[in-house]
Amino acid sequence: MASHRTRFGSLQHYEKGGVEVIKDDPRNYVFSNVFEVASKAKPYEKVAVGKNIEYVIEAIRAEGTSGWRVAAQDEFALVMDGEVEVRLIKPDDPSLVPAGSHGSIPLAGDPRGKKMGRVRARRGHMTLLPAGAAYQFHAGHPSVILLQTIAGRDTVERWAQICQTTPRPQA
Amino acid sequence: MTTDTLPELGSIEPNQHGYRDFTLGKFIFSRDQYFVHIRWPNGTHMLAADAFLRAVQRDVAWGFFYGIVNFDTVIGTVNHYGTVDLFAGRFNAQYRQAGLDYSENFKTDAISRLFEAILADWTNATFDPFASPEETGSAFGPKNGSNKRAITRHRVTAKRMIGAPGDEPVRTDDNGFPINRHFTDVPQDAPEVHAEPGFEHEVVSVNLFAYLSRSDVTWNPSVVSVCKNSLYCPTTEEYILPIIHGNDRVEWFVQLTDEIQWEVEDRDTGAVRARVTMKAGDVAAMPADIRHRGFSPKRSMLLVWENASPELPALYASGKMPPAPVQF
Repeated sequence: MASHRTRFGSLQHYEKGGVEVIKDDPRNYVFSNVFEVASKAKPYEKVAVGKNIEYVIEAIRAEGTSGWRVAAQDEFALVMDGEVEVRLIKPDDPSLVPAGSHGSIPLAGDPRGKKMGRVRARRGHMTLLPAGAAYQFHAGHPSVILLQTIAGRDTVERWAQICQTTPRPQA
Repeated sequence: MTTDTLPELGSIEPNQHGYRDFTLGKFIFSRDQYFVHIRWPNGTHMLAADAFLRAVQRDVAWGFFYGIVNFDTVIGTVNHYGTVDLFAGRFNAQYRQAGLDYSENFKTDAISRLFEAILADWTNATFDPFASPEETGSAFGPKNGSNKRAITRHRVTAKRMIGAPGDEPVRTDDNGFPINRHFTDVPQDAPEVHAEPGFEHEVVSVNLFAYLSRSDVTWNPSVVSVCKNSLYCPTTEEYILPIIHGNDRVEWFVQLTDEIQWEVEDRDTGAVRARVTMKAGDVAAMPADIRHRGFSPKRSMLLVWENASPELPALYASGKMPPAPVQF
């Protein structure tokens, strides 16, 4: 019986495909790689790798301890590499999240509120970041999070730096 | 003009191969031991029976999906979200130039019922249209029973997130989802969840990769997390996408494991535009004016990311939104 090896990517080792243009502009495909993006990002920089009107997917390099954030809508953190602890607090002050705000908002210092719990997540684990809950990430070693969210004030868009712009992938 | 009466579902008597004929508007569907034959007022077409059943299965299961589901370069459907066009040659430049294209519009319920009836009658006991070729028996030959279990699977559509209390459950051996033969090396460890009393319903985490490793179907995007209209629809892929998906909005792919190659063509003419190779960690957009078909040599995990906002098709069709999601 043939054995099959599943190929994952990581910060330490990833292979990148690419766009081979026949008749098109490679920029139409907004092609990037989350591990490459995270390898060049600052800790907890929220770099958009996908954008669909107001919605984004952000690649986040998790390293050390992040600041606390909160969002008006559910977000979802998928660990793509490494191990990340997610800490959750229900803030005493619900006005920390203005109604109708977009994306997540950074909080100054530690929020006051009830501890909701924590999750230790490894590669492939997806964690709910509930609407209105403050959250903080901690990673002992560089790790990668893919975040499903809405574009906010801290979403970084640097498409020309992260995406393929040539008709063939560069070696 | 929309046909809103329910169609006659099919002939009463089977043909010499044991299969019934079906009619929808002016389209007539019949099959023999190897092929499906489709006739319309100014043309005919034939597809291999296995390819046709795989395509119809997706079309029905997805509720006609977002935009265009091409069964091949001639036959397919366009979703108008309440009605559906069934067409021949409409997105084929040569058919259109020759005046051989044809299209009819049907209420979604009517075409769904017809396609479900075709699937029920033409899917033999040995064939599973959702399975990879290596995991199913033959679609061919004279009629040989049926496979209702395979063609009426539950489609996962999480309301918030799989594994959340009251939402779609995770997959386990016990609920009938063993690890797929290509994913036996995928770690099955669970995240460590420590919820304080009273917050058990909000402190939620699942092993998405383990969940996907237990998928019993291929090329079937299913919702696992919902951020307003932003839907994560991961799927496991093996062999060839049984349809050519024509976009009515931008769609995004994140390759979670292994590799898929995508052939990308102009949505309306079929002219080749690009080939996109995606490896683990790669992210790519499929613009709103293309059609695409994927090839996955090994079973792989693909995150399909959709924006389900209902106003998008009109915005793209009117030109108010550029077909590419980002300008840089």
